[in-house]
Amino acid sequence: MFRFIVRRLLQLIPTLFGLSLLLFIWLRRLPGGPETAILGERGTPEMRAAIRRNMGLDEPILVQYGRFVRRMIKLDLGTSTSTKRAVTTEFIERFPGTVELTITAMIIAIGVGIPLGYLAARRRGRFLDHASVGGSLIGICIPVFFLGYVLKAIFSENLHWFPSSGRQDPTLGATRVTNFFVLDGLMTREWDAAADALWHLVLPSIALASIPLAIIVRITRASVLEVLNEDFVRTAEAKGLTEQTVRRRHVLRNAMLPVATSIGLLAGGLLSGAVLTETVFAFSGIGAFVAEAIGQRDYPVLMGFILIIAVVYVLVNLLVDLSYSFIDPRVRVR
Amino acid sequence: MTLSPGKKREKIDRLSELAARDDERGVSLWQEAFRRLRGNPAAIVGAVILALFVLVAVVGPFLVPYAATDTIGIREGLIKPGTIPGPNGDHWFGYDHQGRDEFSRMIVGARQTLLVGVVSTLIGLAIGALIGGVSGAAAGLGGRWGRWIDTTLMRFIDMLLAMPSLLLAVSIAALLGASLTTVMIAVGVVSVPVFARLLRGSMISQANSDYVLAATSLGVKKSKIALTHVVPNSLAPVIVQATLTLATAIIEAAALSFLGLGNPDTAVPEWGVMLADAQQYLGIRPSLAIYPAVAIIITALGFTLLGEAMREALDPKLRK
Amino acid sequence: MALLEVEDLSVTFARRGQRAVHAVDGVSFSVDAGEVVGLVGESGCGKSVTSLAIMGLLPKQPGLRVGGKAVFDGTDLLQLDDRSRRDIRGRDIAMIFQDPLSSLNPVIPIGLQVTEVLTRHRGMKGEAAAKEAAALLDRVGIPDPKRRLKEYPHQLSGGMRQRALIAMAVACQPRLLIADEPTTALDVTIQAQILELLKELVRDSGTALLMITHDLGVVAGMVDTVNVLYGGRVVETARRRPLFRQPRHPYTVGLLGSVPRLDAGRGEKLNPIPGSVRDLLPWPDGCAFAPRCARRIDECVGEPPELVHAHDGRSYRCVNPEPLPGMVPAPREEETA
Repeated sequence: MFRFIVRRLLQLIPTLFGLSLLLFIWLRRLPGGPETAILGERGTPEMRAAIRRNMGLDEPILVQYGRFVRRMIKLDLGTSTSTKRAVTTEFIERFPGTVELTITAMIIAIGVGIPLGYLAARRRGRFLDHASVGGSLIGICIPVFFLGYVLKAIFSENLHWFPSSGRQDPTLGATRVTNFFVLDGLMTREWDAAADALWHLVLPSIALASIPLAIIVRITRASVLEVLNEDFVRTAEAKGLTEQTVRRRHVLRNAMLPVATSIGLLAGGLLSGAVLTETVFAFSGIGAFVAEAIGQRDYPVLMGFILIIAVVYVLVNLLVDLSYSFIDPRVRVR
Repeated sequence: MTLSPGKKREKIDRLSELAARDDERGVSLWQEAFRRLRGNPAAIVGAVILALFVLVAVVGPFLVPYAATDTIGIREGLIKPGTIPGPNGDHWFGYDHQGRDEFSRMIVGARQTLLVGVVSTLIGLAIGALIGGVSGAAAGLGGRWGRWIDTTLMRFIDMLLAMPSLLLAVSIAALLGASLTTVMIAVGVVSVPVFARLLRGSMISQANSDYVLAATSLGVKKSKIALTHVVPNSLAPVIVQATLTLATAIIEAAALSFLGLGNPDTAVPEWGVMLADAQQYLGIRPSLAIYPAVAIIITALGFTLLGEAMREALDPKLRK
Repeated sequence: MALLEVEDLSVTFARRGQRAVHAVDGVSFSVDAGEVVGLVGESGCGKSVTSLAIMGLLPKQPGLRVGGKAVFDGTDLLQLDDRSRRDIRGRDIAMIFQDPLSSLNPVIPIGLQVTEVLTRHRGMKGEAAAKEAAALLDRVGIPDPKRRLKEYPHQLSGGMRQRALIAMAVACQPRLLIADEPTTALDVTIQAQILELLKELVRDSGTALLMITHDLGVVAGMVDTVNVLYGGRVVETARRRPLFRQPRHPYTVGLLGSVPRLDAGRGEKLNPIPGSVRDLLPWPDGCAFAPRCARRIDECVGEPPELVHAHDGRSYRCVNPEPLPGMVPAPREEETA
């Protein structure tokens, strides 16, 4: 098991190397060059020249690349041109919000998607099946940010069921420990603060969950339909096992394999969805910050975000591979 | 029931003839797929939506009551800060924030939306097919170099795949500056990995298939096998994927506009840009967002329905 | 009374907009306690569908119609509700399938796949179930059963997998075992071992066995009574010896003629049956085998031939059966058609 993880992490090296190369080229190719990345589009020619010298842009390209890589490894992502603070600090501050949001969205997508996909397959051709297939098609086709606005208009502005923006009501004066607001509330036993933070999560996470939910429903349904036709399900039936045992032990476990793979692939999309959702709900996480950075052409922030995404993606897929080997003995890790 | 011996024999012969004919009826993959598409209501709905969409995109701009750039509302003094007048008898969908006829803009916008979808899909398809094709061919040739090329290209593709589509588009848009071309390239590049992997995968599985082995053993030239067997058989999944990609491309373009990376020139309407622009006026006139949003959803739905139905129709596993 | 009495069983698949397919078209046969009965025929003759219909395992789909009776020990299996059917399956009637790899669940260990039957029908749990499962694996000839219990299907060889499936089937000492082509997916040497194992189990436990096969070699080795199926109907029923010695139905003759024999002369050709099962005549129009039959006469077409019960206890569905040796063939108007 340990060796498997180490091997997977080693396999990362070429990918990260390639990514750093791409990022390096990207930074150099940005309109105005890297100095714009630091200065933004303001800045006098003298300032630009100073920065070029400071950054060693007149040195050989390989030396520059080496320095770039060294900075990346030290997690020195530079300074945000819009907030004038270190990008790393900004991210650390905002990361918990995004993690809370994406995890809640994923819980919704998995928790609703798998049972719904399963039921749709069992009731193939009936109302529930058509409804969930149709619903998931629409879920894929609705632009996430539009869905966010619709949810906000209906459930917060009209019905006043949920707050329309933010992560927590600031008037509560909740104590901060980890910056995971729900967790903080639980840890400090400020139950109202935890509940309020959770309440703020509902609408954005539903909007963010829409696409993963639709995909999980479809994959689960297709996978269950395929497994239901497998010989071993017939064998299980022939043994006279109860319907419940056949479903849980024989159908669902096998049907989960493709679903697990797809969850890994969804991780990256979830983060770009967060950029849109957090903007709509003024939810202070990395996503909203990045959306702002896009508007401001704040390149150090963008670059940092790309790196974070790459790392998260790789870690999530490592987890998926591990869980996969847990479900499927044929690829079991030794 | 008694039949004369001759009649009976006739009957037997006819029956066995029928049985034999049924056996030999060689139906091509495409004919069979088309037949099954016709029987699938989802495919018909999707095709009808797309036919309407294309029709509007092609002839719509010639038939609109007002020019899409004509700021009638401003001229007539109807647009004041905080008010955008709603629909009336002459302006079925009302005005947009610059006083232009929303209905005309929706109609004209169909063309631009279709253009963005098609061009970006073609960009993705072309680059993806090139990378996937080279990779697949290299894997097929084998040898140290073949494997090396294949592995390197696939690592690159994996990297692209790891990147969330939006970020990829953002990075590209940042490089090229906001413009219509940028949007199309950015959205197109996002779909490169899917096409590349698809083509490589199906090429490799075709190359390993028994019928290619059979053709090779009969001495058919490699280039001929590739042209007559491998390419046509790899094409079906690519076409299906292109149909599905058209849907995501339109949505993806809308998201770019929302983030301020869309086409800055709003004179020529496009649904994604219109939807993104309308977010600022949600409090005043939400219908300005709803029209383009519904149009995008329905169009994307049309492409998705048709694409999924095609996938089902072409899937030999699902054939009965 | 027979243990299993199948009467006029029919299975029809009707798809919307298409002609209904009569996969099984009035099959009748019986299995006595402890008897080995064969259901023989080419693929597509309805033998597997028959067994699945008896077990209630046909995939539920609109347009599926099952008619007739399948009386097991006094109760008609086809009339049972789902729950009582599940009680009987695996306990009183068990089944073995063709492809042992795909018939085993790939993601759970062999042990659990055996013990789940014990838990379901014999209420055994934990240690006791594991012990019994090991004993079962041992009984079907799987070496080192304790270790195998923890293994997964992909870690076993083809023969071992089929043995494991057999262990699951005999776990509750069923009174009837249905084996649907149990050796088709196996190597020849393994086939013989598996057949030997089945024979032994049947002999030792007194379980009746319904053997479904297209392989006459399997039939010759172990079956007491043979039912030959064609086009969804039984065309000939006989004890094993008489059937092999003097087949009456031309289809049976054809099947026997299609088997290569060591004692045939070198230059002698095999006698395949011309055409394929798809060239069948719908039974109401006459004998389904008529289009392929070498002994076809005019009477074969027009109405379906009745089952003829001969004095020696065998029966066949043919108007112009193969003559018994020593009998003067009835004069016929035309030799060939």
